[in-house]
Amino acid sequence: MLQAINVKKSFGETGVLKGVSMRVSRGEVVAIIGRSGSGKSTLLRCMNNLETIDSGEIRIGGEPLVTTGADGKPVYKRDRELRTLMLKMGMVFQDYNLFPHCSVLRNLVMPQTLVLRRSAEEAKSKALSLLEKVGLLEKANEYPCNLSGGQCQRVAIARALCMDPDILCFDEPTSALDPQLTHEVLSVIRALADEKRTMIVVTHEMNFARDVADRVIYMENGLIVEDGPARDVLGSSRSEAIRAFAGEANY
Amino acid sequence: MRYFNNPEAMIKLIAAMQDGFANTLAIFFLTLLFSIPLGMVVALLRMSRRRMISVPVSLYILVMRGTPLMLQIFAIYFAIPMLLGQNLDRMAATILAFSLNYAAYFAEIFRGGMMSIPVGQHEACQVLGFTKIQAFFHVVLPQVCKRVLLPVSNEVITLVKDTSLANIIAVSELFRAAKNEASRTASVEPLFVAGLFYLAMNGVVTLVFSYLTRRFDYYKD
Repeated sequence: MLQAINVKKSFGETGVLKGVSMRVSRGEVVAIIGRSGSGKSTLLRCMNNLETIDSGEIRIGGEPLVTTGADGKPVYKRDRELRTLMLKMGMVFQDYNLFPHCSVLRNLVMPQTLVLRRSAEEAKSKALSLLEKVGLLEKANEYPCNLSGGQCQRVAIARALCMDPDILCFDEPTSALDPQLTHEVLSVIRALADEKRTMIVVTHEMNFARDVADRVIYMENGLIVEDGPARDVLGSSRSEAIRAFAGEANY
Repeated sequence: MRYFNNPEAMIKLIAAMQDGFANTLAIFFLTLLFSIPLGMVVALLRMSRRRMISVPVSLYILVMRGTPLMLQIFAIYFAIPMLLGQNLDRMAATILAFSLNYAAYFAEIFRGGMMSIPVGQHEACQVLGFTKIQAFFHVVLPQVCKRVLLPVSNEVITLVKDTSLANIIAVSELFRAAKNEASRTASVEPLFVAGLFYLAMNGVVTLVFSYLTRRFDYYKD
């Protein structure tokens, strides 16, 4: 479904991704964990084309988002094709990035009508059903500034779902939230996992990673150090590196 | 006092100034009509990543903001006939000079507004599949409008008063009309009457902008 092959990326002199390969299969929930600066968010952003890579290859549903050309430089898909391909990916950001000038409903309707050319009625009924799913139907006509962080994040999840992505990505979706609000967002993500949605979650929530993810990837210094079933990576047989990290993360 | 204690003379004075006032209004509205869209275009060009575009546009902004508007009015009124061999209507020269000048100021205000939009808004548009144009018109521009309202109101208020500069190429606007009346009757009072006109116009401008501010109050950033 999604494949990254030997992805390298540096910001100036500092290498952030030093040759990362991973794959995600249909219906799989993958949690990416690691310290701040380990490259986990950058990896997710590269896969969503929010950062460009220096070399390597990323494939979405078998189609290449980027490959490395003969000259060693990355070759990206362009314009329309690129946008069409990226619609297979959905992204939920740490700080929601809702459109503040649009009501909750409009946040969900506008991308559908503009990008997917859905009719206003179709877009609205889709939006309302997703708002119901995240438990915010009564907030449809509110503006984001009147919602709590947890509510904003649930709206952002609903907005991403409106576009029917094949793979839904979360970039530290609860890092800006207090424990109570974290809980309400995580239960929405958990419900999506139960539907067998393909998801990649960059997170600091170790319990969540262990409970919800099928697979856990642990990154350190721009490399994947561990990649395996959640119970192996985070379970009793976990490696020294994870033990140290998890200990710090109060696990 | 010749006018302020004599309603009849005052009415005559105002009647004598009304054509001038009409011209002032024309300069004001036409300048806004042209300079705001032009300013938006200049702002976008100024933000271009191509130096071939952004450098000349910065230069344009520097010249427009860095030299007196009075000089620019002269320059356009006298230089264009020399270049094109065709005389330019005084009013047209005035509006052209004002529009070019104000577009530079508006451009920098709009640029500031656009740069203040969090990068996350652009990223959200991108991951949702918006084209650059859709993102600009549906997400960036509506938020920029709210953010630039206050600095734009400053410029508009300045424009009301700057229209008086047109009198240097003998456009018969409000201030020129007042000056003529003042010298004809050997009284400074017409100039103060003109002052009241500008003040009243800016009163209206202020009301309009406080209305617009309330209109945009429905959300907070």
